[in-house]
Amino acid sequence: MKNIIECKNIKKAYGEGVAEVVVLKGITFSIQEGEFVAIMGPSGSGKSTLMHILGALDTPTSGEYFLDGKDVSKLSDEELADIRREKIGFVFQAFNLLPRTSVLRNVTLPLIYANMPKDEREVIAKKALTDAAFPEAFWSYHSNQISGGMMQRVAIARSLVNDPALVLADEPTGNLDSKTGEIVLHTFQSLNMQHGKTIVLITHEPYVAEHADRIIHILDGNIVTDEKNKHKRLARNEKDIPHDHT
Amino acid sequence: MTTRDLFEETYNAVTVNKVRSGLTMLGIVIGIASVIALVAVGQGSQSSIQSSVESLGANLIMVTPGVQRTFGSNVRGAAGTSETLTPDDAAAIGSSVDNVAAVAQEVSGRYQVIYKSNNSNTSVMGTNAAYEEVRNVSMDTGSFVTDTDVANSNRIAVIGPTVLQNLFAPSSDASATPEMAIGNTIKIKGIQFTVVGVTASKGTSGFSNQDDVIYVPLSVAQHYLLGSTKYLTEVDVEASIQDSMTQVQEDITNLLLERHNITDTTKQDFTVTNQASIVSTASSVTDTFTTLLAAIAAISLVVGGIGIMNMMLTTVTERTREIGLRKAIGAKKRDITLQFLAESVMLTFTGGFIGIVVGWLAALAISFFAGIATSISIPYILLAFFVSAAIGIMFGYYPARRAAGLNPIEALRYE
Repeated sequence: MKNIIECKNIKKAYGEGVAEVVVLKGITFSIQEGEFVAIMGPSGSGKSTLMHILGALDTPTSGEYFLDGKDVSKLSDEELADIRREKIGFVFQAFNLLPRTSVLRNVTLPLIYANMPKDEREVIAKKALTDAAFPEAFWSYHSNQISGGMMQRVAIARSLVNDPALVLADEPTGNLDSKTGEIVLHTFQSLNMQHGKTIVLITHEPYVAEHADRIIHILDGNIVTDEKNKHKRLARNEKDIPHDHT
Repeated sequence: MTTRDLFEETYNAVTVNKVRSGLTMLGIVIGIASVIALVAVGQGSQSSIQSSVESLGANLIMVTPGVQRTFGSNVRGAAGTSETLTPDDAAAIGSSVDNVAAVAQEVSGRYQVIYKSNNSNTSVMGTNAAYEEVRNVSMDTGSFVTDTDVANSNRIAVIGPTVLQNLFAPSSDASATPEMAIGNTIKIKGIQFTVVGVTASKGTSGFSNQDDVIYVPLSVAQHYLLGSTKYLTEVDVEASIQDSMTQVQEDITNLLLERHNITDTTKQDFTVTNQASIVSTASSVTDTFTTLLAAIAAISLVVGGIGIMNMMLTTVTERTREIGLRKAIGAKKRDITLQFLAESVMLTFTGGFIGIVVGWLAALAISFFAGIATSISIPYILLAFFVSAAIGIMFGYYPARRAAGLNPIEALRYE
């Protein structure tokens, strides 16, 4: 198995001199293709900063970061944009869908920047929506006309269309209730198990992290533990969750 | 991002907030429409003045007594105030200047004219038969003043169409026909004249109505109206060919300087003007007028542009998270810049197009309801179109760069 992520002694500091704040103090780990990893830590632990570096939104102050075999730690902003477009799929806590725009169009958005022809884009987007278990009946709905759980599955579909080496989910269940959160986690698990997607999930909730194969704990900018999750929870699918009519 | 995708993204973004886009566009619509309409008014008045000056007569050279008279100014002393041009001068021009086709002598004044119970204060011009040719007078009915009329001092009158309506209209809502006037007697300054002809309409020339005039034989005007045969108020000369205009004008000047015993040309007591110089004077006036109107309209265009910029800045702030997302999924600075620039250009371009249509309609309405001549010129329409696109780029560039420069991490976190 090849390494999708390879971090070597990554440090990140903001400010200079006395005002310098070191957020990441030397992070080293690697993630293999097809792994489902949760990065866990309380707020202020540096997990968001690490996520920005893993997602090629930011570069480390020192250390090396190889994404899919390519060193991205010293690239310019414009080169990072290319990396994000080609190799990374993002899922955010706040979904970040374009409002008053159809579900299908939201999903095709990353492909617009890849200059893909429209009909080709739609074929890929429809497959991604199917993979993300998004019901076909709602494809033409506007993104603000559907529920939060559905919105997050649109966002997951959007993260899949560029066939990324890495799907990076930042607190994907943070804005959802536990039931819809579970459906979203089920979607991630089936993407990982059935489609072999490499998924990194950032969360502060142990319950959410327990759905991954491996959990990395971060505290004060250092990795505290990095171990296989021995008690992996399996999220239930939508139809397996009993309806409660409250 | 392909051009088509850019267009679609832009179209979506603009139509999402229709009211706001519409109001912002309205600024550009008003700006462009006022430029088009006001320039049309300016150019319309220019071309109408030019055509009416040209209708004065072909190859026309005018000799007037006194100092330089600016075109359009009627502040010219009544006949006799500048008594420097004589019938002998006119005769000398006719006999000793080469390439002269005809010479018309004129005296004029304003008098009360009465027919039955109607009366009117009208310009009365005493002249000879040559005037008809020199000044391009065309007759509607009857004949113009003849040289026999001048020689015999016949008390006949040829009236312009405005005079016809003023004196002979049977009621205020019915118009008179030339037949109602021919053969009838009108009183000018209490003296009776028989109407023998009605001229065709010539329209207004600059600021004077060329149709509100009565022509009488020169000798009659001198004897009965002015009471003097010594002086003329104007001599009009028609050059035989266009190319000889300058030569004729110079020869007349030299001849009259010699006849008036003037050696210092600054003390010249007459003025020789030709049609071309009148046209150029009139053009410079209307050019200034057009520029002024365009400048006023341009101000509203700039205000419209600032409206665009204001809206784009608001849009960028509102859509900070969207910009963050677009950057996260791989949009480059150039993509974001183009997208926001395209939005402002689309607004100004659409606004510009609507503005051209509205301005055009406004110009048509102005000429229809206010009777002011307007002329829409294609170059101005193209100019307005490019100006509106340029405003979109100018006022959209700063907001677009601001959007493109956002840090994706901070943009995604923006609340």
